[in-house]
Amino acid sequence: MFRRLSDRKESSVSFTFNGVPTMASQDDSVAAALLAAGHCSTRRTPVSGAARGPYCMMGVCFECLVKIDGRPNRQACLTTVVEGMRVETQNGAAMPGQEE
Amino acid sequence: MDYDVIVIGGGLVGVSIAWGLSRCGQRIAILDEGDVANRAARANFGLVWSSSKGLGNAAYSRWSRTSTANWHRLAAELKAETGIDTGFVQSGGFSIRLTPTELERGIASMARLADQQGMDAEGTPPLEYEILDQAETRRRLPLIGETVAGAIFSPLDGHANPLRLFAGFHKALQQRGVHYFPHRKTTAIRHRAGGFEVAGEGWRLGAGKIVLAAGIGNTALAPMVGLSVPLSPSRGQIIVTERLKPFLSHATGYLRQTDEGSVLIGESKEATIDHQRPRGPITAVLAERALRTFPLLRDARAVRIWAAFRVVTPDGYPIYEQSERFPGAFAVACHSGVTLAANHALVLPRQISAGALSEDLSVFHSRRFHVPAAV
Repeated sequence: MFRRLSDRKESSVSFTFNGVPTMASQDDSVAAALLAAGHCSTRRTPVSGAARGPYCMMGVCFECLVKIDGRPNRQACLTTVVEGMRVETQNGAAMPGQEE
Repeated sequence: MDYDVIVIGGGLVGVSIAWGLSRCGQRIAILDEGDVANRAARANFGLVWSSSKGLGNAAYSRWSRTSTANWHRLAAELKAETGIDTGFVQSGGFSIRLTPTELERGIASMARLADQQGMDAEGTPPLEYEILDQAETRRRLPLIGETVAGAIFSPLDGHANPLRLFAGFHKALQQRGVHYFPHRKTTAIRHRAGGFEVAGEGWRLGAGKIVLAAGIGNTALAPMVGLSVPLSPSRGQIIVTERLKPFLSHATGYLRQTDEGSVLIGESKEATIDHQRPRGPITAVLAERALRTFPLLRDARAVRIWAAFRVVTPDGYPIYEQSERFPGAFAVACHSGVTLAANHALVLPRQISAGALSEDLSVFHSRRFHVPAAV
């Protein structure tokens, strides 16, 4: 699906996606790291439960919303991966005040 | 004549009227500015609200209530014609009162409104409302803040998705073959041979009738055809949150959750046309009031804060008038293009087609602003 450019040699960062340890490159956005790891479906819509994944990669489309470290509705494309980050699929809409 | 009617202004007021005129069998053109137009149609709160309007003008209260009732038909017909759902719900609206003083003021002004002469007319839904104390407000809105003093509830009120409404009208007009001309800023209107010639840079079009629906632009255009539309801009700010699980199905006066889950927080008014940036102190007041109203919003993140502007007449009521010197030239200006969209689409066009505004609308003529006031 997506391949990393071969001339880039950043150091690695590890995070978990739905509990599964996953590798990313330093400075990847969460969205880029998920796509690079082969995850094209990263949330389910509130209305129909249909699968969605990162689309615009620039903060506009809100298709890449995920839960990060317990906080819902985070834009994966605008968030840089950090070591040990907990990323999870967001299923439906979040209720404010109900974060882990 | 190129057209039966040219509508100047492709915002919500203009397209509502143009759609209705098209349904009356008229050949219509809409002249619009480009994306730089100051478009209240793209920047408003989306309330369909009549219960608290019209203190000092019973006709305005009736006109607003009639339009809310007509909204059901508008929503159904737009959906049938375009497939676009405007998301209109008339689930009732709460006017939240944060302090006892606010509640007392609200109770007093509703009583004065309801006591006015001429509030009732055949075919107009009666003004219904309830005063809710703190406990009753909490019973109906369990997530309400503990310090909220009470609310005024009216089953007449509701809300819609104004962007889908706007898109629905535009799509319907396109399907009907109505000619829509963007980037045509009207700079001159001349009365010619029983009709009107409308012109701008490098173009001119003729029509038997014209409707000025150009928002703040009406002020400059109106005198060209013997009309008067004094308007001032009113800048408003809104906070838009991330999409959240539905927790609020009713509209309130300054806070609502859309059918897509966003919470919109308003509302502010500043008499200015500068809307380059939202202003922090105003944003802070909006946020603080929203948190007192629904404390759970503490954890909601704002995704956008914007400022835009609407128009207001000197007394806040709409202007509907036909030129006496040049019959066939009409002007329409209002603050509540969403609430009044149903009347602008379903009632007004028949009158414009027939060439005479109804007696009901005579109080909205701009002669009321002239000094000495018309007797």
